[in-house]
Amino acid sequence: MTTSKGVSLAARKRFRLTSDDLWGYAFIGVSMLVFCIFTLYPVISAVETSFLKYRPFGSQYIKWQNYAETFKNALFYKATKNTLVYTAVVVPLSLLLAFSIAIMILPFPRKVQSVFKSIYYLPGIASGVALSVVWLWIYDSSPQGLFNQVLSFLHLPTQNWLSSSKTSMLSLMFMALMSGQGSNIIIYIAALLGIDNSYFEAAELDGATFMQKVRYIVFPLVKPTTLFLLVTGVIGSFQVFMNAFMMTGGGPDNSTTMIGLLIYKNAFEYSKYGLACAQAILLAIVIAIISLLQFKLMGVDVEY
Amino acid sequence: MASTGLYSQHRNNRGLLHLRNTLIALVLVIFAALALFPIFYMITSSFGPAVSTAGNMRTIFPKRWTLDSYVAFFDFSPYSLRWIGNSFITSVSTVLGNVIFASMAGYAFAKIPFKGSKFLFGLILVAMMIPYQVTQVPLYILVVNKFHMSNTYVALILPSIVTSYNVFLAKQFFASIPTPLIESAKLDGCSHPGIFVRIVLPLSKTVLAVMAINTFMSSWNTFFWPFLVTSKDRMYTIQVGLKTFKFANETLFAPMMAGATLSALPMFILFFALQKYFLEGVTIGAVKG
Repeated sequence: MTTSKGVSLAARKRFRLTSDDLWGYAFIGVSMLVFCIFTLYPVISAVETSFLKYRPFGSQYIKWQNYAETFKNALFYKATKNTLVYTAVVVPLSLLLAFSIAIMILPFPRKVQSVFKSIYYLPGIASGVALSVVWLWIYDSSPQGLFNQVLSFLHLPTQNWLSSSKTSMLSLMFMALMSGQGSNIIIYIAALLGIDNSYFEAAELDGATFMQKVRYIVFPLVKPTTLFLLVTGVIGSFQVFMNAFMMTGGGPDNSTTMIGLLIYKNAFEYSKYGLACAQAILLAIVIAIISLLQFKLMGVDVEY
Repeated sequence: MASTGLYSQHRNNRGLLHLRNTLIALVLVIFAALALFPIFYMITSSFGPAVSTAGNMRTIFPKRWTLDSYVAFFDFSPYSLRWIGNSFITSVSTVLGNVIFASMAGYAFAKIPFKGSKFLFGLILVAMMIPYQVTQVPLYILVVNKFHMSNTYVALILPSIVTSYNVFLAKQFFASIPTPLIESAKLDGCSHPGIFVRIVLPLSKTVLAVMAINTFMSSWNTFFWPFLVTSKDRMYTIQVGLKTFKFANETLFAPMMAGATLSALPMFILFFALQKYFLEGVTIGAVKG
């Protein structure tokens, strides 16, 4: 009797909720409910669906077949290649461009800096749909298209831009480089302003040139920022969907079909939910590995 | 003048200094002009004639300025104006939900020591790294097939009524509020809701404004989810409407630009009114991340 009472008392003590506990649960209640229904459940369900031949009533368990089908599919490899090429070109060039512009904005007074920051940020607040519509007309392959008007003005032959598999990918890359630099620039400026002046003063005493200061002081000190932008840039680029969906539909000849668009088409055009989930999970795994790898490679001396 | 020692060269030679800064400014202005050009082109050409005729070259500035293209866009669907309204309803509700619920959860995770807090917050952190492609299919099945909520505001709003990212942002910010401040309020008999409303929220106006603006922007500009859950044009948001207009009128240059301008206009107005918070929002999300 006494022992069982003692145990239950101890147990009750361990599981007794303090008023802090109760307030905590009350404060996070709505958020956690939304999180469980609209994030946690879908993630678990995606893993399950990736092993199913999905039908609204009576899905069939097919083991690893969706994954196997993915790895047998030539289009999957083409989409992966396109995504990798797009990322390898757009992300490093974006960082280089943003870094150079940030460095150039630095010598000006704060007011002028803000004006430039706003100007460079502005294109980023228009929606992807709106920007796609505009760029579609800039790339119009008729002689009326803006770029083609420029080419004929320069007495160069006009191009088919988006409707030729030679230039379609380049066109999407150029558009991404031109429209998405605002936040990168602002983040780099914040990092540059955070560098202590004493570093530069010491370098000056040693007679360092401007380029030497950039190379030996600025580069290493903004490395955490570069890493952050690299990781987020790669992750974003792997999920790119809008431009290809709106402007090329993945064509011509699947030259602009990237993973994001492939998954979308499998899910919502061909209703292959299981296949789409399997591919999305592969994407998630690749993204996780890349983030870990980037932190390992670049981040040994990075402190957070 | 130079705000950093990086630019110490030519400090003693005013002429050279000015020449250098002028050259840098010139490069920056050229880049800025290129970056802004698509937006500029969108706005100017939206005032061109609704139907372009053969032999009438498209120019950056229309030869005759008219509102015909805007009329053409609104004539396309009886619901064109409603699309903008739908976007407003969706975005404003999403902002309110996020500001209220994410700040509450952020406060709890930052300042209330409750059982399981570390685990639950860790779960939210992990969820932030999962790409949306993973959840899109189950979410679609859940909302459209199981809840039968397609073409409703609830379907447009509820899945993003509070996002993991905003909970994370609020927690990061509230963690920087000194704990002794909260402890002493507790000793004075203030309860957690009291502390939250009277101490934490007033100290966090900037971060809440930033959160509101970022949430509004992503909600207003979001295309994918509204596109999935709306099939009746009565319930489209402006982004879905613009896409539909684009696919239905492949040849109408100026009206498409008018539609694009309309879809971006509220964001531009908001940006010019609240520039400071927009720019601050970029770094708040990044530096602490």
